[in-house]
Amino acid sequence: MQAAKAETPWREGLYDVLKEVGVRQVVYVPDAGHATLIKQCHDDPEMKTGYLTNEFEGVGVCAGAWLGGERAAMLMQSSGVGNIINALGLVRSCGIPFFTIVTMRGEWGEFNPWQLPMGQATPAVLEAAGVIVNRASVPEEVVEVVRASARLAFSSYAPVAALISQRVIGAKVFK
Amino acid sequence: MDMKDNRLERRAAVARLLADREDMLVVAGLGSAIWDAEAAGETPLNFYMLGAMGSVASTALGLAVAQPKRRVLALTGDAELLMGIGSLATIGVRRPSNLAIVVLDNGRFGETGGQVSHTAEGTDLAGIAESCGIRHVHRVTDMQGIEGLREALHGGEGPIFAVITVDAHMPPVVMPIRDGLTVARRFREALLGHDALKV
Repeated sequence: MQAAKAETPWREGLYDVLKEVGVRQVVYVPDAGHATLIKQCHDDPEMKTGYLTNEFEGVGVCAGAWLGGERAAMLMQSSGVGNIINALGLVRSCGIPFFTIVTMRGEWGEFNPWQLPMGQATPAVLEAAGVIVNRASVPEEVVEVVRASARLAFSSYAPVAALISQRVIGAKVFK
Repeated sequence: MDMKDNRLERRAAVARLLADREDMLVVAGLGSAIWDAEAAGETPLNFYMLGAMGSVASTALGLAVAQPKRRVLALTGDAELLMGIGSLATIGVRRPSNLAIVVLDNGRFGETGGQVSHTAEGTDLAGIAESCGIRHVHRVTDMQGIEGLREALHGGEGPIFAVITVDAHMPPVVMPIRDGLTVARRFREALLGHDALKV
């Protein structure tokens, strides 16, 4: 269950960013932090949206979309970052834009100790694999960070991850 | 098994499959499927993946969704597919009608010394595809089967999944352009036009 963090406009703003930068395909392994955006994407018949068994597949789908002339984005949580590392060889070797929005776990007030190893390693692991990492630490900067990350990825043919801090989303609380 | 000598030879099978392919888009995976595709004829409409093992089917999925009017063929090996086997479940959900996944199954990790792989011990890739909801499944063991699959690739409804059982013989390597930047950009130029390079 999600902590009772007040809804802030960034949740709606992300969908507008995807439309603004011309994203046509969205793939995801869900996270509660992406729930609003996932629903908006599914509700938009022009946004080709699908879920994955594993984030690894998402790198391929996004690369294939670009080869076919469409921009794509992957939504995932930090626990999925480890799954994509070898697949990043595809976008790195071929200079293919790769844009992902990662909701963070294992940091701000985390309840589940199993989230810490991957969550804490996420920025370093992504950077070691050649991904440019931008982080939004407060709600007010989420939309700008995601917009800049998308523009950087698609304009400069780069792999870019926009991290949304757990502080922004709120820690998961079990009662 | 003494059937071994009767199994299809991979290069002849792929050459026939890709003959007169028209404007079909091909995503081929490491390693032997790439050599087979290149031996069948160099074209910018082949995208080769010399790494990121397990990503061929998902890359073809993204491409097929982006290009619904073009036929898209993922050509790969049994071990490459198994490394990204969840992709079949995802494709079974998305079901793009222009996508085909064709697996050259030699029951071996061919590029690393021919070690026995899962399919040699019974892993049934066609059965996995069927259970993922992919309805058009071909089990190909002879050239007649190749002809049927070829017809399906050109005109049949998809998604199509095919396993071609081939012998474990490894034909000589036919090396394509290895530079991914070049392969990706010439693919986009051929598919989307020169101006796509400016986007």
